[in-house]
Amino acid sequence: MEAMLDIDGLAGLIDALKRDGYDVLGPTVRGGAIVYDHLSGIDALPQGWRDEQAPGHYRLHPQPDDPRRFDHTVGPHGWKRFLHPASESQVRVTRSADGVLRFESAPATPAPTALIGARACELAAMAVQDRVLAGAAQPDRAFEARRAALFIIAVQCGRAGGTCFCADMGTGPRAETGYDLALTEILEPGGAIGWHVESGSPRGAAVLSRLGVAAAQPVDRAAAERVWAGTRAQLAVRMPAAGLRELLYRKLEDPHWDSLASRCLACGNCTAVCPTCYCTRVVDAVALDGWIAERTQEWESCFNPEFSHLPGGSVRGGIGARYRQWITHKLASWHDQFGSSGCVGCGRCISWCPVGIDITAEVAALRASTPQDVPERLE
Amino acid sequence: MDSLEQAAAGRPGEGLVPAPWRIAARREEIADGSVFTWSVRPEAGEVPIYRPGQFNMLYAFGVGEVPISISGDGAASGTLMHTLRAVGRVTRAMQNLKEGDAIGVRGPFGTAWPLETARGRDLILVAGGIGLAPLRPVMCHAMRNPEAFRRVFLLIGCRDPQSELFRDDVIAWSRRPHLQVEVTVDRGGPAWRGHVGVVTKRVQRADFDPSDAVAFLCGPEPMMRFAVLALQQRGVSDDRIFVSMERNMQCGIGTCGHCQWGRYLMCRDGPVLRYDEIADIFDVREL
Ligand SMILES: Cc1cc2nc3c(=O)[nH]c(=O)nc-3n(C[C@H](O)[C@H](O)[C@H](O)COP(=O)(O)OP(=O)(O)OC[C@H]3O[C@@H](n4cnc5c(N)ncnc54)[C@H](O)[C@@H]3O)c2cc1C
Ligand code: SF4
Ligand code: FES
Repeated sequence: MEAMLDIDGLAGLIDALKRDGYDVLGPTVRGGAIVYDHLSGIDALPQGWRDEQAPGHYRLHPQPDDPRRFDHTVGPHGWKRFLHPASESQVRVTRSADGVLRFESAPATPAPTALIGARACELAAMAVQDRVLAGAAQPDRAFEARRAALFIIAVQCGRAGGTCFCADMGTGPRAETGYDLALTEILEPGGAIGWHVESGSPRGAAVLSRLGVAAAQPVDRAAAERVWAGTRAQLAVRMPAAGLRELLYRKLEDPHWDSLASRCLACGNCTAVCPTCYCTRVVDAVALDGWIAERTQEWESCFNPEFSHLPGGSVRGGIGARYRQWITHKLASWHDQFGSSGCVGCGRCISWCPVGIDITAEVAALRASTPQDVPERLE
Repeated sequence: MDSLEQAAAGRPGEGLVPAPWRIAARREEIADGSVFTWSVRPEAGEVPIYRPGQFNMLYAFGVGEVPISISGDGAASGTLMHTLRAVGRVTRAMQNLKEGDAIGVRGPFGTAWPLETARGRDLILVAGGIGLAPLRPVMCHAMRNPEAFRRVFLLIGCRDPQSELFRDDVIAWSRRPHLQVEVTVDRGGPAWRGHVGVVTKRVQRADFDPSDAVAFLCGPEPMMRFAVLALQQRGVSDDRIFVSMERNMQCGIGTCGHCQWGRYLMCRDGPVLRYDEIADIFDVREL
């Protein structure tokens, strides 16, 4: 089902979801970046903001006269902050006076949540985390429950970001599945704004028909198609996916890792902004009275030396080895472990790296480095 | 808060929720108490079925959880055995727990020693230090089933005579004609009459048939590297060599990401892996 929304139609869609009991999350501007947060209504959307991204660079530029709400691309936040939160209780342990331990986990009963503004790469990232966390033999039930509670309104990108390479990763720029509704923002030459909307699920179609908005005409569809094609044509960053897995495995002992050791700060920004990075550590604490203890899981980064801690010392003591772990996991071992790439081409790790390390450039450098240079062992 | 069913069922909990267990018995393996063996019993229900080589996640109240191999079972008494070396925060806290104290258990997790592959063949077990713990159930199996393997060669390396583990077992195993046990120490002492030197030397000398032998290795990585080389030199093929590798593990169920080793998640695809499947990464440093 396809329809056209004007500004009242978009506001009506958000209101309808709220009336249906959904907590609505979407993009908004805070601290000079597009972040995802609870939306009070359509006015919270980032109207007239455009981002500029390059390696180690992210800037928002105001375009106050531009009526578009979704002319930005992805910012530092991913939806994982809601689906796989940065900190979450795993188990609560109560010790009784006779020394018996009782283990309890909080039931996962998330509120119905509607996301507005999820991009194609982000839907792909959710599918990646689905395979990792929900696809495990003993699934992460809390993640599963939060995922099941979602109503997703995707936005088809109207512009490629300066660090995006979704097309090469096969995830975008057009979202084809994984949403209930997909919006394409259309700015008419005369300045009128509208949203072509397409349903991707029976639920989505039902919401749409309840809104009673105008069905899309062939001209609307044609305008949306022009947006999709325009975005695809803009994608400038390239990372050809063919043979990536084999390349990384072949280069485990390449001297290029030394060059990363001297540039990478091991700050872990790239893992924090990555929408598929899922690793967690556990933290144990006892309440002051000594009868209750709690295990909490927190996001963890493979750039942290403690990540590979063994009693004899960290396995990956060197920063080169940690960068190698990260990029090899993303592009190679993820396939072996979870049946897909761990990279969706969103470009966040490139924009948010304080020293501008670019995953696509590192891959190109690895492709270019010759096997003769391979030392006997990685230092 | 919702109390999970599995706790009541007494099986080690599914997912990340441990089941309540208790330390039924405790004994020191090494006089200074730095290595100790627990017999642990579920508060309710049966002990789970495990396969030799698998591990459990053991939890100490408020301190943390660590992966520890199952070192045996008291089938008759409804207990499992775990042998721990106190090396850090959690294992030192566990060293102070007493008989009757409560712990949490999740598991069993991971891959097992392929006993079927070794059936009817010579079986070589190479153990370094605490690496003997996950191999102990294999020896127990060989004791109970003399026809399972042709001959078993247990080659143990330890630091010094004082750190020899499972001493009573070693004596009992040595008495069986089809089981041959050799202990070698890095540093002997005036009273030590056994071998001195690296365990690799015992691999070179042991009287097995390399064309029809299977080897299980567990110990420090450098020791396993040299042991693999020695086995290869004797002519044991790569697909008959199995190693148990150690990585940081915080979940045991494939979702925390800590146990990455190349293409493997060691809690799920390991800890026991066949050497020909890891030969390309076994020597890569800091992987
Ligand atoms: C599959 C497997 C089987 C094992 N079997 C045994 C055994 O039978 N007996 C035994 O004594 N030891 C065994 N170990 C090693 C044991 O898990 C570590 O010695 C223990 O985790 C150290 O924790 P700690 O808090 O005392 O040390 P610290 O150095 O203070 O470690 C801090 C934390 O890091 C993590 N961690 C540290 N070392 C390891 C490690 N080696 N493996 C996984 N996570 C780690 C744990 O979460 C630990 O709490 C095994 C390890 C693995 C992976
Ligand atoms: S690659 Fe960049 S963002 Fe990632 S850890 Fe290194 S310095 Fe930080
Ligand atoms: S221990 Fe968590 S993924 Fe293996």
